[in-house]
Amino acid sequence: MKKIAIIGAGPAGIEAASILASHDCEVQLFEKSADTLSNITDKAFLFPDFSSAQELANKLNSQLLNDKIKVILNTEIVDIKKDNDDFKIIDRDGKTYVADKVLITTGYNVFDAHRKEELGYGIYKGVITSLDMERMIRHKQITNSIGEEPEKVVFLQCVGSRDEKSGNHYCSKVCCVTAVKQAIEVRKQLPKAQIYVFYMDLRMWGQGFEELYREAQEKYDIRFVRGRISEASATFDSRVQIKSEDTLIGQPLKMTTDLLVLMVGMEPSKGTRTLAENCGIAGPYKFIASEGPHTNDNNTATEGIFVAGTAKRPMSIRDTLTDATAAALEMLK
Amino acid sequence: MSVNFGYSIAPTRAINYDNCDFSKLHELEQAVPSFKRCINCGACTATCSAQQFTSFNIRKIKTLCMDGQYESLGKELKKCMLCGKCTLVCPRGLALRPIIMTMRKIFVTK
Repeated sequence: MKKIAIIGAGPAGIEAASILASHDCEVQLFEKSADTLSNITDKAFLFPDFSSAQELANKLNSQLLNDKIKVILNTEIVDIKKDNDDFKIIDRDGKTYVADKVLITTGYNVFDAHRKEELGYGIYKGVITSLDMERMIRHKQITNSIGEEPEKVVFLQCVGSRDEKSGNHYCSKVCCVTAVKQAIEVRKQLPKAQIYVFYMDLRMWGQGFEELYREAQEKYDIRFVRGRISEASATFDSRVQIKSEDTLIGQPLKMTTDLLVLMVGMEPSKGTRTLAENCGIAGPYKFIASEGPHTNDNNTATEGIFVAGTAKRPMSIRDTLTDATAAALEMLK
Repeated sequence: MSVNFGYSIAPTRAINYDNCDFSKLHELEQAVPSFKRCINCGACTATCSAQQFTSFNIRKIKTLCMDGQYESLGKELKKCMLCGKCTLVCPRGLALRPIIMTMRKIFVTK
């Protein structure tokens, strides 16, 4: 019976664990925090169908009810060492676990919006991130900086993505459609608000995404303006003034808004960066490099260490689950 | 009391959304709802007969409308020959001739 260690109990880790367990592997699933799936349970609804994030989390968690899966919470893995035919999995306290094969599913963290100081996150209360907005939508409590119902809500794409100044040249892939999803959610809760999305490109790559964008324009009156907001400042009445250009007519514009929502991109999580470096399998931006790009996308340079999900690159939940399935099958070979 | 300092402050070129009047835009959108679906691809302008010979740019007129910038529209809209080629190429199925006819009603003043 194969002994498998999976590091990170997000969607990728759980999906792979349940497939491997159903193929008679003995799985140890490590999670640094006290709960599984924190990057799903912090969402309200999922694109493109507005299904409940909590329901998906419940479904995934139920896959863990298997004698062959041992979930080990509050355990941060910091290194993996080859030891003859085995791997030694080492946690922060120096405790060691043993496995034949290892799957890294340590995932992403969102970009820290404080780093884009010119956008005023952490300085002006009206500036929030897409995660903050997700929380407001979940609690049905969308409010401006003084706790009132906002008249205007502005979303800004590509915060910490496609940005030389943040050191992230890549596209985070999911923010475009997330902004469309959130804008529609805001419209449902605030029928009278003016809602704008400022974008550089709208990358509606997935099934149903373009249709959602079209619906946002046509049915939900979301206004899309092509231009990157270059700076935000406070007004005397605790609102936020933004500056941008409407690049489609070549004229600068400014507007005052109650909320400026920064669509923060995906970066490798702390755990991903630690393992990428300590195991010598770091790729661009300290995501974990797969052998790839087209085949062997779940293998790393170290035989026996595999990778799946957003530890590798930005991905949607659907793509993460598919990737985890692929990784599990690869590990059974 | 006004003081003459010998210089003046140039007005800003920036569009100030806070002072824009969007009522005409709403009127247009209500008359021809497909207007909202535009994705600014510019296919309409590329195929436009009038665009070959004049400064007429229907894509830009649409964008100016969205920004509440109506001043130049009346003059520009007269350049359209209503040939309808724009409607044929539009990937989002905008009813462009009704849009132009409605715009003329709203923005062209005699």
